[in-house]
Amino acid sequence: MEYILNPWPWYVSGPLIALVMALLLYFEKTFGMSSNLKTLCAIGGAGKFSNFFKFNWKEKTWNLTVVLGAIIGGYIAVHFLSNGSGTDLNPETVIELQHMGFENSGATLVPDEMFNFEAVKSLKGLSLLIIGGLLVGFGTRYADGCTSGHAIAGLSSLQKPSLVAVIGFFVGGLIMANLILPLIF
Amino acid sequence: MKFIKFLLVGIFFGIVLVKSEAVSWYRIYEMFRFQSFHMYGIIGTAVACGILFLQISKKGYLKSIKGSFISVPKKEDGFKKYIIGGTIFGLGWALIGACPGPLYILLGTGVYSMIIVIAAAIFGTFIYGVLKDKLPH
Repeated sequence: MEYILNPWPWYVSGPLIALVMALLLYFEKTFGMSSNLKTLCAIGGAGKFSNFFKFNWKEKTWNLTVVLGAIIGGYIAVHFLSNGSGTDLNPETVIELQHMGFENSGATLVPDEMFNFEAVKSLKGLSLLIIGGLLVGFGTRYADGCTSGHAIAGLSSLQKPSLVAVIGFFVGGLIMANLILPLIF
Repeated sequence: MKFIKFLLVGIFFGIVLVKSEAVSWYRIYEMFRFQSFHMYGIIGTAVACGILFLQISKKGYLKSIKGSFISVPKKEDGFKKYIIGGTIFGLGWALIGACPGPLYILLGTGVYSMIIVIAAAIFGTFIYGVLKDKLPH
């Protein structure tokens, strides 16, 4: 039981993520989480503004069901399959984040300094969440996929466009974590 | 009832991403600062197993539930949209510490402020849809 309650090592987690992709392919579907954002736009009536959203979204409800499951899975994992042990981060990372104003790094899944109610009430905190969300939503659709569709499914099927997209993910991520985050915090 | 299998896959996905700490903002930061192997290990083994699975399927040893050939749909050719779109997404990924899957999973773990991020991500997708024809692809 301890093995389940403790955080899982990377060599267990990686193959299980591949299993998720394999199961969806077995059910004749493709692993791709960002597509749901497009589906939600279509359901909300975005087809009135762009043909990009004119498609039969009812064919995509299976993927929204995966999303609903993922939310439930997150709840189950935290409430029934965890023993409260924090994330075992590199001590160097913890000190570095402390200098940027992040306390108790790794104790929770996301920093309170960005995501708790106090942070959301501040103009800076709210702006960061909105800007981040816009970048994720705009970028994934522009690149036609995210970590699941390109980094996992795309690279597993040895597709060059996915490799280009993943290189893009890293260019953006490296710029944000190394150059922009230190300016924000 | 035909959706129950997708609900179960989703639940499994959510549990795996929480237990693997792939939904942790800190793990994403660590990855982009090259301070930990953890995320590289996860993505690396996922892709290695994925390649193995798809190669076995390609040989015809594994079939889908309806008995057809298993393969990942081919991505459209292109360069600009993948590199530019990918970079924009990467900026958001490292800021929020979550890609689209974890956005929902974190909501389930009790990070309710993710609703704001999800709403903004839906709006970001909408902006792309409206501007699509004016952007380089």
